[in-house]
Amino acid sequence: MEAYIFDALRTVRGKGNKKGALAGLTPTHLSVTLLDELKNRHQLDTGQVEDLIMGCVTQVMDQGANIAKTAAQHSGYGEHLCGVTLNRFCGSGLEAVNQAAAYVKSGFKDLLLAGGVESMSRVKMGTDGGAMAMDPMVAMPGHFVPQGISADLIASKYGFSRTDCDAFAAESQKRAAIAQERGYFAKSRIPVKDINGFTVLDHDENIRPTTTMEVLAGLDPSFAMMGQMGGFDAVAIDRYPEVETIRHIHHPGNSSAIVDGAAIALIGNQEAGKKLGLKPRARIRSMAVYGTEPTIMLVGPAPASRIALKKAGMTKDDIDLYEVNEAFAVVPLRFMQDLGVAHEKVNVNGGAIALGHPLGATGCMLLGTLIDELERQDLATGLVTLCIGGGMGIATIIERV
Amino acid sequence: MAYEVDADGIAVITMHMREQPTNLFSLQFVSAYLKICNQALKDDKVKGIVLTSSHRDFMAGADLKFVSNPPEDREALLNGILDMHQHMRAIEKGKKPFVAAINGNALGGGYELALTCHHRIALDDSRITIGLPETQLGLLPGGGGTQRLCYLIGIQPALTLILQGKALRPQKALAQGLIDAVADSPESLIADAKKYILEGGGATQPWDNRKHKIPGGGVMSPNGAQTMIGAIGNLRKKTHGNYPGATYALAAVHDGMQLPIDRGLEVEARYFVKAFYSPEAQNIIRTGFFAINEAKKGKAKPSGFPTSRIQKLGILGAGMMGAGIAYVSAKAGMEVVLKDVSLESAEKGKAYSHQLLQKKVSRGFMSEADRESFLARITTTVDADDLQGCDLIIEAVFEDPNLKATVTKEAEAMIDPDKIFASNTSTLPITKLAGASQRPDQFIGIHFFSPVDKMPLVEIIVGEKTNDQTIAGAIDYVTQIKKVPIVVNDSQGFFTSRVFGTYTGEGALLLSEGVPPTVIEHVAKRVGMPVGPLAVTDEVSLTLGIHVMDNMPSMPEHTQRIYDTYQAMAQQGRPGKKGGKGFYEYPDGGKKHIWSGLADLFPVQGTDWDTQEIGKRMLHIMALESYRCLEENVLTSPTDGDIGSLMGFGFPPYTGGVFSYIDYVGPQTFVAECDTFAQKYGSRFAVPDSLRNRAENNQFFHPQKVKA
Repeated sequence: MEAYIFDALRTVRGKGNKKGALAGLTPTHLSVTLLDELKNRHQLDTGQVEDLIMGCVTQVMDQGANIAKTAAQHSGYGEHLCGVTLNRFCGSGLEAVNQAAAYVKSGFKDLLLAGGVESMSRVKMGTDGGAMAMDPMVAMPGHFVPQGISADLIASKYGFSRTDCDAFAAESQKRAAIAQERGYFAKSRIPVKDINGFTVLDHDENIRPTTTMEVLAGLDPSFAMMGQMGGFDAVAIDRYPEVETIRHIHHPGNSSAIVDGAAIALIGNQEAGKKLGLKPRARIRSMAVYGTEPTIMLVGPAPASRIALKKAGMTKDDIDLYEVNEAFAVVPLRFMQDLGVAHEKVNVNGGAIALGHPLGATGCMLLGTLIDELERQDLATGLVTLCIGGGMGIATIIERV
Repeated sequence: MAYEVDADGIAVITMHMREQPTNLFSLQFVSAYLKICNQALKDDKVKGIVLTSSHRDFMAGADLKFVSNPPEDREALLNGILDMHQHMRAIEKGKKPFVAAINGNALGGGYELALTCHHRIALDDSRITIGLPETQLGLLPGGGGTQRLCYLIGIQPALTLILQGKALRPQKALAQGLIDAVADSPESLIADAKKYILEGGGATQPWDNRKHKIPGGGVMSPNGAQTMIGAIGNLRKKTHGNYPGATYALAAVHDGMQLPIDRGLEVEARYFVKAFYSPEAQNIIRTGFFAINEAKKGKAKPSGFPTSRIQKLGILGAGMMGAGIAYVSAKAGMEVVLKDVSLESAEKGKAYSHQLLQKKVSRGFMSEADRESFLARITTTVDADDLQGCDLIIEAVFEDPNLKATVTKEAEAMIDPDKIFASNTSTLPITKLAGASQRPDQFIGIHFFSPVDKMPLVEIIVGEKTNDQTIAGAIDYVTQIKKVPIVVNDSQGFFTSRVFGTYTGEGALLLSEGVPPTVIEHVAKRVGMPVGPLAVTDEVSLTLGIHVMDNMPSMPEHTQRIYDTYQAMAQQGRPGKKGGKGFYEYPDGGKKHIWSGLADLFPVQGTDWDTQEIGKRMLHIMALESYRCLEENVLTSPTDGDIGSLMGFGFPPYTGGVFSYIDYVGPQTFVAECDTFAQKYGSRFAVPDSLRNRAENNQFFHPQKVKA
């Protein structure tokens, strides 16, 4: 049995701080915005939808106590609709899609929703505690370092300079600005309205078309202080003694932006699609997760992609377009270096550096962006991959149908 | 322990352990203490209790003899501690105020005992220290300190004190909240303590007060989380994970401070028992505490010689070493004659003392008058006649045998025939230098380390003809200046230089094999060495290394490779740090960094290195060479080797020193790994038969009190 993606929507992304446009709207509201849109757009018989799987990283406060079921209950899809929230850190949104696809492919479920949400303005990253970073018995042997240190470690180890990263960031902004201007996002990007129906945000708030190398060059590194005061440079070097010093080259301009947003995809088998008159847009060919050494943390996309390619019986050249999450500029740079993929094929409409990275939602957002772009360019195959905390990587390969 | 109730109904408990010079914390002590406390709680006449000591210390800490002889039944120890906590908690909740009148040092268990009191007053004497130094010994506070101190002053400041093992003077302890008040005199200390009780001072601990908030927030508060994450990173930075006791201390705070006090104490106890039985704590306490303390008291002194005291010391050569020796000797009250070839040089040597003292004066630790009387003890001269009346001569002239012979003869002519002549040489054989002496049996090596005022170790080198009386006299001198003597027999490089040479050598060999220099340096620090082998070679200078090897009659293959490595550097004009260029670059005003040209000179091989093995190679080779010293009778005991390695060249304290390290690795594992290294990297790792035999019989150098 095949697992098809009938649609994949996302909200616009608002800046993830208290001044951000979406800060006044709860993650439940963002999620329900998409559920409503899907229902209306496809005249969906919601009674046929079996489950809602959502990724969310910081599952406390507004996002605590199972945000997926909260959204399901609040959506008006019906009491039958269940919800489950998962946490594979930054890979959560794609993991939700993959699990939904696995349900469908196995025949256990016919039609379900999968996606993710993160209101980073309302629920601050890191406020959910966790033993990985905080429990000495775990973090000491685990050589825990914050992700920014990992990013700077990758740059130091694999020889990426500040200029390399800034150039990549400027390009991400440029590509995103062009895509927004030309309406490439319009198909699946949903404006967010308030309770009165007034539009609160109708575009991606974080894109900065005016970004130049000169502007980026003026920004101070974000993780130098943390590396020094928190001892984390030394922790990284304990694990990677071949690195003489950690060069701190990442800053707000070449790292993913903190934003609010949600994404949801409708996934099911052919039968369910036929029954409801849904046209499949793509099928999921393969998926993979892979764990790497946790201190360097963010190099998982390449090995995960290799596994996904192998499972699909494909090579890297069989993929028309790649979406590699821009958690930090060095992540796609290292991915391209490791897998040997040209920048022309990667993140053609920009990425999280320009658009933002709402942790739990991003994976599903990238999937939607990729399908839209494959359709626009009339290409066939795409691969989505994200680096993940704790040293994981996730990849999904799709093919238009 | 004395117990007295005064007319006001205040009971004073005065701790005084008779068998030892100080009060020490132990479960036996606690049970005796609890009996008295319960008597006081039951007695209706008693309003409150003052706890003090009639020793100079309030309480100096735990009884480390107990730690170094741990009971076999670990669970019984845990239960004993849990039982202690339960009873101590009953005292805390007994509704009668307890006041600790801290008359002297309150360290470790001593301060933890004070923490169980409701109020703490310390005598305001800057010689007194208060704190929890347990992590320095590989342990953690096991008497409730990890929990109570956090409740009292907040998690972040408590962790800083606990993880650094830092003790504070009373004024600082007061400022940081470790104590509640200070008193000017011993009399007012007790009076103030009684006053607290008479004025109705509280008998509720903060941790029993529902309204009490942990200053700065709990572990799971945003602040607490930041503190914890940063503390873990900084702990690895500092310890590289080699000191599990400190990790357990941090874990006790993390796990325990999310619970009510009673459960928190239980959490602490479980981690304490784990640290207590850790080989690292055993190593640190065996060598770092007991062995060094015994050596300091002159354990190595041959028996049968009364203590001799040096009144007047002659030093030949006022260079860096001579100047340092003058300082430490004058500091111990000796009259010092500092002789050099020119008065200017001699004065320069004396100026070094002035410089060190001036620092103390400017910080308010010394008066100008004291500085002057100190300096007045150092006489500079160019005239050998001034050496008359010296009880001991130490020559610290340039490392030239002829020059040394000349000064030996000149000085010996001036001193009484029963006095000792010592050389501070670090490279020349003592037996050969003694050839110039009229009295070779009274000729000895007293090898100081640089900088003399900071380095506590002194290597005493016994020449072929040196007699026991001379050894005894040299040891008396070293203990008089409060340094730590070890006695070694004459050999090329003696003990410390010889063994340390294998470390720097292994660094050069790794480099020549194509291991990146950063890997070598970082891994060395990761296994606990204070400085990487390449950095330290730069400090010593490659030129000196070449010079030493040039004087060797023949060079084994690996020495030849070290030599070639140094020569390759020398040909690039990189002699070491003094020359401004070595394995490292030394930019003006900037941080030193590895010279980029090393990559061309020693091309890196491979992309992945077995860093575990690299670390082991560096420590194993030192331990193996130390064993050869023992076998050749250069060392006469493993303990001397342990002390010398820890204090002489910074062998990591968690190992307990070079011989403890072989025990720590396990004799059989050590031999097996050396065999592998011998096969892969050369015969320098060849294991002597006697060591192999020892390993086969599973023989350890020190009794193993803790089963792995």
